Amino acid sequence: MHEIIQYIESYLTSDKTPGAAGNMFWALVYIMLVFAGLSVAVIAMNWLERKILAHMQVRLGPMRVGPHGLLQPIADAIKLLLKEDIMPAEADGFVFWMAPLIVVLAAFTVFVVVPFGPTHAITDMNIGILFMLGVSSLSVLGIVMAGWASNSHYPLIGALRSSAQMVSYEVAMGLAVVSAILMTSLNAEGTGTLSMIGIVQAQQAQGEWFIFKFFPLGLIAFFIFAVAMVAETNRAPFDLAEAESELTAGFHTEYSGFRWSLFFLAEYSAMIAVSSIAVTLWLGGWLRPFPNLLSGSTWDLLFSLFPGVTFLLFAAICFYNTARMPKHPLFRIQTIGLAGFGAVLGVIGLVLFVPAVSVRVQDIFWFSTKVAGFMYLYIWYRGTFPRYRFDQLMRMGWKVLLPMGLGVLILTASVALLQQKIWHP
Amino acid sequence: MTDSNTSLSHLDLETPEKPFLDANELVINMGPQHPATHGVLRVILRLDGEKVLGLECVIGYLHRGVEKIGEHRTYTMFNPYVDRMDYVAAVSNGLGYCETVERLLNVEAPPRAQHVRVILTELNRIASHQLWLGTHALDIGAITPLFYTFRDREEILKIYEKYCGARLTTHAFRIGGLQYETYTGFEKEVKNFLTFFRPKIDEYEELLTTNRIWVERTKNVGTISAEDCIALGVTGPVLRASGVKWDLRKAQPYANYKNFDFEIPTGQNGDTYDRYLVRMAEMRQSVRIIQQAVDALPEGPIMAKVPKVMKPPAGEVYHSIEAPKGELGYFIVSDGSTQPYRLRVRPPSFVNLQALDVMCRGQLVADVVAVIGTLDIVLGEVDR
Amino acid sequence: MAPVATPFFFYLLSGIMLIGGILVITRKNPVHSALALIVTLLAQASIYLMLYAPFVAGVQIILYAGGIMVLFLFVIMLVSIERSMKERQFNSQWVVGMSAATALGGLFIAVYTKGKDIFPDHALSMVEDDNTQKVATMLYGQYMFAFEIASLLLLVAIIGAVVMAKKRI
Repeated sequence: MHEIIQYIESYLTSDKTPGAAGNMFWALVYIMLVFAGLSVAVIAMNWLERKILAHMQVRLGPMRVGPHGLLQPIADAIKLLLKEDIMPAEADGFVFWMAPLIVVLAAFTVFVVVPFGPTHAITDMNIGILFMLGVSSLSVLGIVMAGWASNSHYPLIGALRSSAQMVSYEVAMGLAVVSAILMTSLNAEGTGTLSMIGIVQAQQAQGEWFIFKFFPLGLIAFFIFAVAMVAETNRAPFDLAEAESELTAGFHTEYSGFRWSLFFLAEYSAMIAVSSIAVTLWLGGWLRPFPNLLSGSTWDLLFSLFPGVTFLLFAAICFYNTARMPKHPLFRIQTIGLAGFGAVLGVIGLVLFVPAVSVRVQDIFWFSTKVAGFMYLYIWYRGTFPRYRFDQLMRMGWKVLLPMGLGVLILTASVALLQQKIWHP
Repeated sequence: MTDSNTSLSHLDLETPEKPFLDANELVINMGPQHPATHGVLRVILRLDGEKVLGLECVIGYLHRGVEKIGEHRTYTMFNPYVDRMDYVAAVSNGLGYCETVERLLNVEAPPRAQHVRVILTELNRIASHQLWLGTHALDIGAITPLFYTFRDREEILKIYEKYCGARLTTHAFRIGGLQYETYTGFEKEVKNFLTFFRPKIDEYEELLTTNRIWVERTKNVGTISAEDCIALGVTGPVLRASGVKWDLRKAQPYANYKNFDFEIPTGQNGDTYDRYLVRMAEMRQSVRIIQQAVDALPEGPIMAKVPKVMKPPAGEVYHSIEAPKGELGYFIVSDGSTQPYRLRVRPPSFVNLQALDVMCRGQLVADVVAVIGTLDIVLGEVDR
Repeated sequence: MAPVATPFFFYLLSGIMLIGGILVITRKNPVHSALALIVTLLAQASIYLMLYAPFVAGVQIILYAGGIMVLFLFVIMLVSIERSMKERQFNSQWVVGMSAATALGGLFIAVYTKGKDIFPDHALSMVEDDNTQKVATMLYGQYMFAFEIASLLLLVAIIGAVVMAKKRI
C-alpha cells in the first residue's frame, strides 16, 4: 500500500510527460483521463451550446430534464443509444460502418500530443503540430466515405462539399501555423521546434504570446487560423456540408442512432482539438495571463487562486438559481439536484485552493479556459452569422486567406531575419 | 406598358442550358418535404455540379379547391374560406374578398370600418413580412432573426386575438363593414405596439443589413429585370425591388388608402438584397400608415346596410388589393342568386412563383433556397 | 525513449502493408481499392516512425493519406462505379506476367545474395530528437537547388492543369 502511494507521489511530482518517461501505465491512465475529460467536455458543450444559443435567441432552451435542463445531454445520449440503427439497403455496408469510426479515431487521436500543461500531456512528439494536423486531416477520409457509402445524392454532395472545404482550408491553416512555428526559432541557437510543449516553452522563453509577436503579424496569422479552423470543423458560418435548408444534414443524413452520435462526438472533439492548436500556438498554451509582466510570488499566489474562485463562482450561480426555483412539490427533486450540483462544484473549488493541488492543476485550468473561450466563439458565430455560399467560401479560402497567409509568412521571416541580423546581431 | 415589354420571347424558357464540359447533368428533387421550400412545393432541379441549369415547379400538393367551394357557398359563407389561402396574411385576403362583394352589391363600408380595416390590414402586412424575414434568414443560415421576428409578431397576433378571437385565420371583416366594434383600449394597444415595434425594425436591420455574409449571399442573387417582372406578371415587393413604382394602394386606391400619406419604397437592381430592403422599408411605411389611421380613427357606425340574404345583381367584377405578397385579385361572376356563379382568385404567390425559373438560372443550388425565400410564397395560396 | 522498433512491430506493419497491397489490386470496387491503399500508406508511415524518421512519417500522413488519396477518392466516387464492377479484374497474359515476375524475383534474390555488404548488419543508432532539424538543414542547405527545381516543376503542373481545365481564363 505504502509503495503504491509512493509510486503515485513520485509520478505526481515528476517533470516529464508519461510518454517521455516511457511509463506505459501512466500513459494509459492519462489516455483514460483525457478520453473521459473530452467526453465530459462534449456533453457539457452540448448543454452549453443549446443554452447559450437559446438565450441569444430570446428563448429558454432545455428546461425540463433536470434543473435548467442539466440532464438533457444524458437524456439525449440515452435516446441515441436506444434508437434503431438504420443502414440504407443500397449502402456499402463495410464502408458505411467504418466511416464514423475513422472520424472519431482521427478526432480523438490528436489529443495524444495536446499539452494541457508542461507535464500534462500523454506524450510530447518531436513533430507534435505536424502530427495534429496530419491526423485531423484523416477525418476527411471518414467524411468522404460516409457520403459515398450512403449511396444517396444529398450525403454525396455534402461529403464533396465538406471535404473540398477541409482540404482547401488546410492550406491557409498550414501557412498560418508555419508562421507561428517560425517564431519559435527566435532563440540563441536559432532552431525552432514542432513539439507542442516546445512551442509553449518558446513563448515562455521569449516572454510574449505569439499573437502579440511582431504586432500585427502574429495577430493576422492567428486571425487566419481562427477563420480556417471554423471552416475546418464545418461549423457556422461555414457549415455548408450540413446546411439543413439545402442538403438536409449533409454527409450524415443517412446515419442514425449511435453512428450519428459518433459523428457528433467527433465534430465537437475536433472543435476542441483545433482550438487547442490555436491556444498552443498563439495564446501561450497553459501559461497564465501576464506571466512576465505580473511576475513575483504575490502574483503567482493570486493567479493560483483563479481555478478555485471560478468553481466557487459556478457553485454560487447554482445556489442562486436553487433559491429561485419554484416552490412547488413537483420541483423539489430538481431543487435538491441543483443544490447538490452546486455543492459538488463548491467542494471542487475548495479542493482547488489547496496549494499542492492548485500548483498541479492551474496549467490545465488556464488551458481549458482559453479553449472554452473558443468554444463560446463557435456558439456565438452560430447565433450571429448567415451561411456562406460554396463559391464564396472557396473564394475566401483561396483568394483571401491563402495570399494573406503567404504574405504573413514572408513578412514574419523577413522581420525575424532583420531582428537577428541587424538589431541584435 | 407597351407591348414590347410584355414579350417573353427573350427568356426562352423551353431550351435548357448546356452543362459545362458535357458533364452529366444531375437531376435533384427538392421537396415536397424539404425544409426550405416553405411548405409542400416540389422543385425539380437540373444541375451541372452546383449550377442550376433549369428548374421546374410542381405544385398542387395543398390544393383544396377553394374556388370551386366558392361556387357552392353563399357570399357570407365563403368569407372564412379566403383566410385559408394565404394563412399568414388572412386579414388581407378577407379585405380583398369583402371589398369585391361590396362592389358587386354596390355598397360601401362606413369610414370607421374603413379605418379599422386599414389598421388591421397593415398590421397584417407587418406580420407577414416578419414571417418572411425570419424564414428567409433561416434559409440563408441565420437562425437568430427568426426568433426575434416571432417574438414581435406575437404582439400583432395578440391584438387580433383580442379583436376577433382568432390569431391566424382571423375572419376579421364582414361584407359591408365589420362585425365587431373595437375592444376597449384597442387604439392604445395599437399605439403601444407601434412605439414598441419601431426600434425592433432597426434591431433586425442591425443583424442583417450590413452583415457581410448576408450582403454576399443576397446581392446579385436571383436578379430579375423590371421587363421580365412585368412580362411574368410578378407584383408586390418583388416588382418594386426591380424598380417599378407600382403599388395598388396608390395606383388604384381602395379602402381609404388615399387619405393616408405614405411612400412606395423601390429598389434598383431587382436582386434578393433589394427585395429585402424594400420589405424592410415597407414595414416602416406600414407603421406610418397605422399611426395616421389610429390617430384619426373616426366615430360612427361600423356596418353599412347590407341585406341579410345577399343577392347581388347579375354581372361580374374584378377587384384587387395590394396584399403583402403582391396583387391579390378576386373575380366574381354573379347570376343574381345567393351564390357566385364563378369565383376566381388571382393569388400573388402563384404568379410570382413563375419567376423562380428565370431568377434561378445560372445560380447555385444554395441560391435556389434564397430565391424561394425572397419570393415569399405561401403554398396555401399557390395551390388554393 | 524505449525502443518501439521491435521485430514484432516490423512484421505486423509489413503484414498489413502486404495485405493492403494485395487488396488494392484484387478488389473490384475501386473505392475499396483506394481505402486499402490508404491502409498501406498508413502502415508505411508507421514504418518510417520505426526508422526514427517522424517528420517523414508525418508528411506521409498529411500528403498521401490525407491529401492525395482524398483526391483519388473524389475522382473515383464521381465516375460510374457500376461499369468498372462488371469489368474483368485480370487478363490472361500469363506468359508475359510470369516472365516479368520471374525477372523481378531474380533481381531481388541477386541483390540480396550479391550485395549483402550494402546492408548494415545491425540497426543504426539514430537520434530521434533532431531528425526534423536535420531534414530541414539538408533540404534548405545541401539540396536547395533540387528543392527549388521540384517546386518550380509543381508550379508548372498547377498552371498546366488550370489552363487545361478552364475554358477561358
